[in-house]
Amino acid sequence: MLGRRAVILGLGGAIGAVAFMLGLGAWRTRNQPALNAVLPMPLSMMGWQMTDQRGQSVRPADWSGRPVIAFFGFTWCPDVCPTTLSDISGWLEELGPDADRLTVALISVDPDRDSPQVLGEYLANFDPRIIGLTGAPDQIARAAAEFRVTYRKVPRDGGDYTMDHTAGVFLFYADGRFASIIDFHEDRRFAVPKIQRILK
Amino acid sequence: MKPLIMPFALILAATTAQACETVTLGDLTIEHAWSKATIGADRPAVFYVEISNRGATDDALVGISTPAAGMPMLHETVVKDGVASMPHSMTIPVPAGQAVQLAPGGYHGMLMGLSAALKAGDRFPMTLTFEKAGKVTVNVDVLPLRAEGPDCLDAGQ
Repeated sequence: MLGRRAVILGLGGAIGAVAFMLGLGAWRTRNQPALNAVLPMPLSMMGWQMTDQRGQSVRPADWSGRPVIAFFGFTWCPDVCPTTLSDISGWLEELGPDADRLTVALISVDPDRDSPQVLGEYLANFDPRIIGLTGAPDQIARAAAEFRVTYRKVPRDGGDYTMDHTAGVFLFYADGRFASIIDFHEDRRFAVPKIQRILK
Repeated sequence: MKPLIMPFALILAATTAQACETVTLGDLTIEHAWSKATIGADRPAVFYVEISNRGATDDALVGISTPAAGMPMLHETVVKDGVASMPHSMTIPVPAGQAVQLAPGGYHGMLMGLSAALKAGDRFPMTLTFEKAGKVTVNVDVLPLRAEGPDCLDAGQ
């Protein structure tokens, strides 16, 4: 009887010790963003600050409580960005009034040319629910790092340049958790069900 | 509803029917030449088209030129590891018995140095140069920035 109790207590103690160490580890790394080197961080752990097309300051916390669709691009982009924006406009229309519950944002990787006014003028051609974010280069870099996005300026002849950038569309649940990515060349039929999942 | 739908259908037909012209050059058929409206003349425009080769000889699109832009180039959107880039394409193959599409997300003409902003409903000529078949000029119809392509009855998309 006593032996059994000792074993149970001993086991309980060992489990408790392991749980304590795990908890301590989690507590000590709570401020380290490197949760996953490939997948975007939860929005609730991001720390960027940008400006929307109306000149309003936006932080990730402002999006809390709403599912989010976010993607990176720039308005000088002739092919990928208007195609993505057309796709998203189509998806939002297919979703109907449900899409009003989403925050949908284009984040510029070209803040030198994409001022809030330029973004506003550009986005006027697409679904009005899509907002645009731009800002200081260090804040764009921070957002890109937190979304695990890469972008790069590519010079062209005559002083012009274009941007290479991650083309996927990122989906987040209302509580800020990362949900999924819609790849640029993904079959359109899979996009709307993915968005419906973050709307649930 | 009917009185509302009818004028809308007519407008749609009037604005989209244009890019449905078909031009032939030897064994090549060139159709659905379209572009997207631009905001101002500083941003590059795009050029999309479908080329089919009914012949037995491979050909290739090696250049484009237009009075609408000072520096038109052939590009290909390539997505590698999720990152999109647009390398310059020296030539776009048009193999015998096959069709090639310059379409959103793939091969496209990039029109830099626009002489004027492109507005939906505009039309401009584009001369395509093929390695073997030579040159042909087609009319390019400018569709809204949001357009995904011309709506042609015969469109094979």
